[in-house]
Amino acid sequence: MRVNAVNLACRRGGRDVFAGVSFQLARGEALAVTGRNGAGKSSLLRIIGGFLRPAGGRLWLEEGDPELSIAEQAHYLGHQDAVKPSLSVAENLRFWSAFFGADTHKVQDALELVGLGNIAALPAAYLSAGQRRRLSIARLLAVKRPIWLLDEPASTLDAAGRRRLTDFMQSHLAGGGLLLAATHGALGLNGVQELSLDRPAHAPIAETQQPAEAAP
Amino acid sequence: MTPLTALLVRDMRIAVRVGGGALIGVLFFVVVVTLTPFAVGPDLALLKRIGPAILWLAALLASLLALDRLFASDHEDGSLDLILTGRAPLELVIAAKGLAHWLTTAVPLIVAAPLIGLLLDIEPPAQAGLVLTLLVGTPALTFVGIVGAAIAVILRRGGLLLAIIVLPLTVPILIFGVAAGNAAVAGPVPFGTPFTVLCALTLASLVIGPFAAAAALRLDIE
Repeated sequence: MRVNAVNLACRRGGRDVFAGVSFQLARGEALAVTGRNGAGKSSLLRIIGGFLRPAGGRLWLEEGDPELSIAEQAHYLGHQDAVKPSLSVAENLRFWSAFFGADTHKVQDALELVGLGNIAALPAAYLSAGQRRRLSIARLLAVKRPIWLLDEPASTLDAAGRRRLTDFMQSHLAGGGLLLAATHGALGLNGVQELSLDRPAHAPIAETQQPAEAAP
Repeated sequence: MTPLTALLVRDMRIAVRVGGGALIGVLFFVVVVTLTPFAVGPDLALLKRIGPAILWLAALLASLLALDRLFASDHEDGSLDLILTGRAPLELVIAAKGLAHWLTTAVPLIVAAPLIGLLLDIEPPAQAGLVLTLLVGTPALTFVGIVGAAIAVILRRGGLLLAIIVLPLTVPILIFGVAAGNAAVAGPVPFGTPFTVLCALTLASLVIGPFAAAAALRLDIE
């Protein structure tokens, strides 16, 4: 399986956010997307996830399941945690697990792995931001999908949470997965490709327009 | 559990728990119908004549009450993005959400209808017919409203728009629902004539609603 992008461009609200973004990502490889605020890191991940249409360029998958789109083989971990406050921690994860067609027996194991095993019955309304993020990460473990799209995955996690996340990413890559992460800090992984969305000063877009603020 | 049953169960759970919209609808329905005799006065003949219309109006507004949150809440917390990455067809996902909304909002209201119909001097044999019109007609309200709920998501803060877009589309359902209800309560029109049209409206909205709503949600992928 290989994700290819050639000359991807993104326009939001009539402004060019980025253009000419190309990369190749094969099994077991990770790509760190970097750039200042508003460079379009989230937008790039949302384009790959199929939530935004690129303004130009091509994005395709080689050797994946031809019946499924990239989005249908990907886990998207965005800024929002998709956690329903009135459901319990386990109910939240059990729903996503069943909705994505996975075996719901893995739910408790996944909760143990992210360190929420002892509060599985607690309504999710009582979770802190970091715990909600851990619950979202548990989704990636409970349902197996080859592509991970992570948008600032470590943003609300504590040091222990970050270490666990690094372990999860490492074992995902070791198992032949692909990983794209928008990040400001280091991912803590070896052999990560880096894709910077910061434009060099001579790039034509930067001369004509101020860079647009990327929508969340 | 299949993806769609999982979604149905989850939406029903959220609706009946604290902060969910299920009880608000039936409470609104009961309050409106209960207040009507106080507003109109103790004229039993008049109450009987306007009874079906009041019940239907209250049912219509009650089922649209919680509808604008149907996709908006999923959109705000990011669930809608994840639903789009699922492998279930969006049309069926929407139909499952519509069914969950109908089961939690309209069914309690249909159960309450015979009881509070007494306040409008609607007697048991006529009540059966009236309840039947609600049972058959309320799915049409939900599945027409679901299109408005999807449009409300792509237009952001479209709560008022929902009313403007959806209410005109519910007029035929209201007309034939009330006509069938009146036929059941007072006659002289045969009950079957408006009732058959009501059934047709429901069947059409069950088919068109999910497709139209899915088209609207796909527009959000700019």
